[in-house]
Amino acid sequence: MKILVCMKQVPQKDAPLKLNEAGTWIREDVSYEVNEPDAYALEEALRQKEKHSGEVVVISAGPARSQQVLREALAKGADRAIHLEDNAFVGLGAFNTARAFAAAIKDEKFDLIFTGLQSDDYGYAQTGVILAELLGWPHATIIMQIEKGDSGIKVKRELEAGYFQFVDMPLPAVLTIQSGINKLRYATLIGIKQAKNKPLRKVALAEVQSALGGNLQKIERLYVPHKTKNTQFLEGPPAEIAKKLAEKLRNEVRVL
Amino acid sequence: MADTILVVVEQREGKLNRVSWETLTAGQALAAETGLPLEAAVAGSGVEKLAKEVAGKKVGKVYSIESTGLEPYTPDAFAAGLKQFLESRQPKLVLMPHTYQVRDFVPKLATAMGRTVISDCIGYKKDGEKLLFTRQMFQGKFAADVSFTGDPPWFVTFQNGAFRGDKVEATASAAPVETVNVEIAENTIRNKPHEVFKEAKQAVDLTQAEIIVAVGRGIKEQKNIEIAKQLAEALGGEIAASRPICDSGWLPMDRQIGSSGQTVAPKLYLALGISGAIQHIVGMKGARTIIAVNKDSEAPIFEIADYAIVGNLFEIVPPLIGEVKKAKAGS
Ligand SMILES: Cc1cc2nc3c(=O)[nH]c(=O)nc-3n(C[C@H](O)[C@H](O)[C@H](O)COP(=O)(O)OP(=O)(O)OC[C@H]3O[C@@H](n4cnc5c(N)ncnc54)[C@H](O)[C@@H]3O)c2cc1C
Ligand SMILES: Nc1ncnc2c1ncn2[C@@H]1O[C@H](COP(=O)(O)O)[C@@H](O)[C@H]1O
Repeated sequence: MKILVCMKQVPQKDAPLKLNEAGTWIREDVSYEVNEPDAYALEEALRQKEKHSGEVVVISAGPARSQQVLREALAKGADRAIHLEDNAFVGLGAFNTARAFAAAIKDEKFDLIFTGLQSDDYGYAQTGVILAELLGWPHATIIMQIEKGDSGIKVKRELEAGYFQFVDMPLPAVLTIQSGINKLRYATLIGIKQAKNKPLRKVALAEVQSALGGNLQKIERLYVPHKTKNTQFLEGPPAEIAKKLAEKLRNEVRVL
Repeated sequence: MADTILVVVEQREGKLNRVSWETLTAGQALAAETGLPLEAAVAGSGVEKLAKEVAGKKVGKVYSIESTGLEPYTPDAFAAGLKQFLESRQPKLVLMPHTYQVRDFVPKLATAMGRTVISDCIGYKKDGEKLLFTRQMFQGKFAADVSFTGDPPWFVTFQNGAFRGDKVEATASAAPVETVNVEIAENTIRNKPHEVFKEAKQAVDLTQAEIIVAVGRGIKEQKNIEIAKQLAEALGGEIAASRPICDSGWLPMDRQIGSSGQTVAPKLYLALGISGAIQHIVGMKGARTIIAVNKDSEAPIFEIADYAIVGNLFEIVPPLIGEVKKAKAGS
């Protein structure tokens, strides 16, 4: 099976984020990491390849820094990478990101495309589904298991509140992968070495520009959310905080 | 083009999903604010009964969008059926709840119509003539006001809990119900869904727990869960966790709180090293008292906490266990 995995670079979970001066985006001088479900999507692609042979290709749209995500994926076992490299990709909506991907892979023939179920920065939860529609392929979302059959695949969709559903579907298809579908592997030293010689194709914005349209939605303002609750902050050295908290638990929460 | 607001409610197996009422409340508020007429629709096979249920609320008209192809749910059929309907009516705003089902088909539907979805919104604002929709970004660390820059229909999905479903206005005289039959060609539907099922029965029922001590990724290692367990034990409560902890197998799945785990409303919820992503919050915001310990003062969990402790959980929890034990021994 030939599988494409969309992998996005997003600010690290613990990174303290600050707004830019215009209040339209964050200041970009933070540490980055791979979007969590995308790491699971890669792992799943590698496992499918190990079972059924084939090829795993990773793709990312973002500035030069996002190459790091692709390098790590190559070190873990992906065969090659495609980097849509431009700062402008950071500001694209899901519709245009998907169009850029569709344009960049128009000469390839994949059996499956995996995306994460949503990004940690924008959180659209849309890019994979839009890509499927642009390609005219079927899709399934929030996937927790994939089995290859004779004529297609059987996937397990996660539904709300602990429910699941199996779905049979033909190939090619797009799947959006949920975190926790598998256990992630680490890159090995040999893997890291080999990654240096694996192909990484760069695609400039100009090459896909004609496929893009204007963004259909616009962030007018980004801001720290207003607090809705009257929160009491307990401060001091740990021992003192523990005392104060125990007192609250006894007198106000009344559980002691 | 009809300048209307259309709320598409969600049904599964002949029952309305309760979040539908939340979206209808949002639709009623938006209609009042903009002066646009409000209509509603439900899609499926044999859903007229549900349409009539919706018609008891304050809404101009309810459509029951019918086809045998719409049952069981598939994204192909829902996108095709709703596209036909929307193209014939051309509403200005289309509102839906941000459920697993909607996020499965609405990006496809909007794309097929050359439109966009502002997804997972928590509210709206009117800025002069412009409508802005507020959504969380960066896992709840920021909020964004987003506008549409293209043509209607404009699609918006609202997050679970963003509006009060119990505040939906009813009317004395039911709104008219119109059945619209849509054509879904046999070869449109490519996915074959099986029955919906629940995984092995849950061993613990956290919904009954009065006190819950929940750990998140801030606990760092599996062995550290022990101190949270000790705290839970001292308090006479249950241990629970955020999803990544259960994904890693550090605690069993039935200890997971959130949209894909259990929804709880204990007397006390103590969150240790949990950031407060919305999918976690929806599972515990009903707790009477929420205490959060997090080293990041900007963590979204603090927005809903009654008591907040900005600090290292490994420094706070051990003395807290001591204090709790002392208090219990004294009482
Ligand atoms: C469709 C879908 C369904 C989901 N369902 C669920 C669900 O049911 N339940 C759920 O929980 N999540 C769910 N998630 C995942 C959710 O979006 C978050 O990724 C998850 O809740 C984050 O878990 P966390 O807070 O433990 O980890 P993180 O977000 O990584 O947060 C860890 C926190 O610990 C703090 N910390 C680190 N070290 C310390 C320390 N020493 N002392 C104190 N604090 C510290 C950090 O500041 C940080 O805030 C779902 C996601 C999706 C997309
Ligand atoms: N710029 C990007 N580069 C690589 N993958 C992306 C990018 N944007 C979105 N994706 C993929 O689409 C998924 C869903 O993103 P979103 O629609 O923004 O929630 C992510 O988990 C990624 O797999």
